[in-house]
Amino acid sequence: MSAMDQDTGMFKVQQTIGSVLCCKCGVPMPPNAANMCVNCLRSEVDITEGLQKSIQIFYCPECGCYLQPPKTWIKAQWESKELLTFCIKRLKNLNKVKLKNAEFVWTEPHSKRIKVKLTVQAEVLNGAVLEQSYPVEYTVRDNLCESCSRFQANPDQWVASVQLRQHVSHRRTFFYLEQLILRHDAASRAIRIQQVDQGIDFFFGNKSHANSFIEFLRKVVPIEYRQDQQLVSHDVKSSLYNYKYTYSVKICPICREDLICLPSKVASGLGNLGPLVVCTKVSDNITILDPRTLRCAFLDARQYFRSGFRSALTSRQLVKYFVFDVEAPVGEATVGGQKYALSYVQIARESDIGKMFYVQTHLGHILKSGDQALGYDIYSANVNDDEMEKYRLSVKNGLPEAILIKKCYDEQRERKKGKPRAFTTKKLPMEMDESRGARVDPEKMENEYEEFLRDLEENPELRFNISLYKNKDYQESETASMTDGEGAPTVPIEELLAELELSEEEEEGNDEEDMDE
Amino acid sequence: MATRLQFENNCEVGVFSKLTNAYCLVAIGGSENFYSAFESELADVIPIVKTSLGGTRIIGRLCAGNKNGLLVPHTTTDQELQHLRNSLPDSVVVQRIEERLSALGNCIACNDHVALAHTDLDKETEEIIADVLGVEVFRQTIAGNILVGSNCALSNRGGIVHPHTSVEDLDELSTLLQVPLVAGTVNRGSEVIGAGMTVNDWTAFCGSDTTATELSVIDSIFKLREAQPSSIVDEMRKSLIDTYV
Repeated sequence: MSAMDQDTGMFKVQQTIGSVLCCKCGVPMPPNAANMCVNCLRSEVDITEGLQKSIQIFYCPECGCYLQPPKTWIKAQWESKELLTFCIKRLKNLNKVKLKNAEFVWTEPHSKRIKVKLTVQAEVLNGAVLEQSYPVEYTVRDNLCESCSRFQANPDQWVASVQLRQHVSHRRTFFYLEQLILRHDAASRAIRIQQVDQGIDFFFGNKSHANSFIEFLRKVVPIEYRQDQQLVSHDVKSSLYNYKYTYSVKICPICREDLICLPSKVASGLGNLGPLVVCTKVSDNITILDPRTLRCAFLDARQYFRSGFRSALTSRQLVKYFVFDVEAPVGEATVGGQKYALSYVQIARESDIGKMFYVQTHLGHILKSGDQALGYDIYSANVNDDEMEKYRLSVKNGLPEAILIKKCYDEQRERKKGKPRAFTTKKLPMEMDESRGARVDPEKMENEYEEFLRDLEENPELRFNISLYKNKDYQESETASMTDGEGAPTVPIEELLAELELSEEEEEGNDEEDMDE
Repeated sequence: MATRLQFENNCEVGVFSKLTNAYCLVAIGGSENFYSAFESELADVIPIVKTSLGGTRIIGRLCAGNKNGLLVPHTTTDQELQHLRNSLPDSVVVQRIEERLSALGNCIACNDHVALAHTDLDKETEEIIADVLGVEVFRQTIAGNILVGSNCALSNRGGIVHPHTSVEDLDELSTLLQVPLVAGTVNRGSEVIGAGMTVNDWTAFCGSDTTATELSVIDSIFKLREAQPSSIVDEMRKSLIDTYV
């Protein structure tokens, strides 16, 4: 009307907000929906009226959980996000106002009081939105949660137990399983773990925990199991029965590097796989390789346990051979990610170098003359296996004199003797079974564990599913061992996880530097 | 001096009454208290007429007028029109206008010289306003609101507008109307000034919720402290502290 020019873009007059007087106290202020200054508005209206200002919560001092009625216990740290969420959830009527901010006010930890300052917003009078802060006080009362009180009453009480057994003379599988379990946290809910001869016992507080543990086992090793239960108590009136469940789990006795003579039915079922086979990998399937034809077959748990054959020779019976000559490979194959090459080699046992053997081996790709190898001495072995005897009688040319299994790195290891490894492993909290008499020889255990660690170093595929941690004591200065020729295989640094320094606040997550495989 | 009163427990005095320099209209209420409040202030000076418009009591919002004339909407009945013509002084021209926007009190804010009108008012109506009321008409908005009549209270000495009016708008309106203006509230922070109070050159009536601060603002902007219906100077004035806010 007055001085507004209509240009090609709308000319907008600068609008400055004027000031009016607060209708109550008369102080000049910019106009708002209520036309009262903030102080007058606050004195008029209290938006926190009707909201809970103090409340009681229950805390279990054993497990550090807070009770959310009626039955849930929520684990939360002091002054953590979860605790804040829990505290806010316990307040009633909070949906009448909008919650803008919530934070903890410091209280003495042993005062049994938690103070939370809440900032809420609500609409008052004619559309003015008022924001107000107010403190809420929580009184913490100690109250043992159900599981802790049950545990306190009888700490040995278990409901389900899993008896894991493998009827072989070594504990390699259990070492490997231990690492797998640690990696996947499968036994985190076990009340107790006990080591027994030829196996491990796991005790759980809940049948479903035991079930999920068995499901985990089924995925990593071929197993067969059965379930039994025992009546503990019986409530007649409501017909509730309390049982103790026991799962008896048998792991298949075939291990890696075992020599197996397949029964004729199994061999023909697998397409006439030469009855002498080597087991190359055991996961939830058993992988067997015929060293003469480089053919592989897989047996899963059900197939194996239908026939239930045992190995003829195990890794205990491996003998050291010197390799004198390796001929050019006549055939090559890649099976299950592993390369194999069929070639003839001239070997002799370390104990009897004079006697040379000319045998066929599937390790043509890694053996060179002058190497040492480990293999089964069928020529002079006295094998206690029916199938093997049957085969020996049936075959015309006789059994192969030796079957080489793997390359031996003992020479290289000599150099590194006594020096610590670059990695360490964690252990499960196991109890030793004292009651059966000290059948377990600690030195034997150590030797077996050392062999297991060597196995890990040599086989990257074994390391796939387990976590190895950096050894803090290991110095990197041993570069000499890497540069002079072929060193013994070691775990590359990239695969090692840095050990997590756990302080008061337990945070999740390892720092993984790199996981190649 | 501004007076605080209520119409049947409602503080919106400007809805139920219309005050000008020449006459005063009040609504027919259940009790006589409203009427007697006006009487006690204005009895000998100007006629106070009890009426309804179109059968309703919200007469303050339906009609617009000053000392020269009164405009009533088309919903006014013939009897009411006759009653008004009879009761008001002869100098006041009562005119019924055919206008789509029939709440004239909401659409027109006027004093004896100048009027603000709703932007969508008919051209004809504008001419009638200029003619009957003898004013210069300006189409304006106040704080972005087109209902100028309800958002401001105007007299020949000053005016109060909606509190959200910006400083530039205030200056502009002030220049147009040639009176001092202030942005303020009435009835404890209500922004609808025109409905909350009614004013003429020497007196004002507001709702009883009006706070002391608001009352002092009203008194100062409409210059009610010095004003008397007659021109007798008040000796007491000198002893009063001039709290011009």
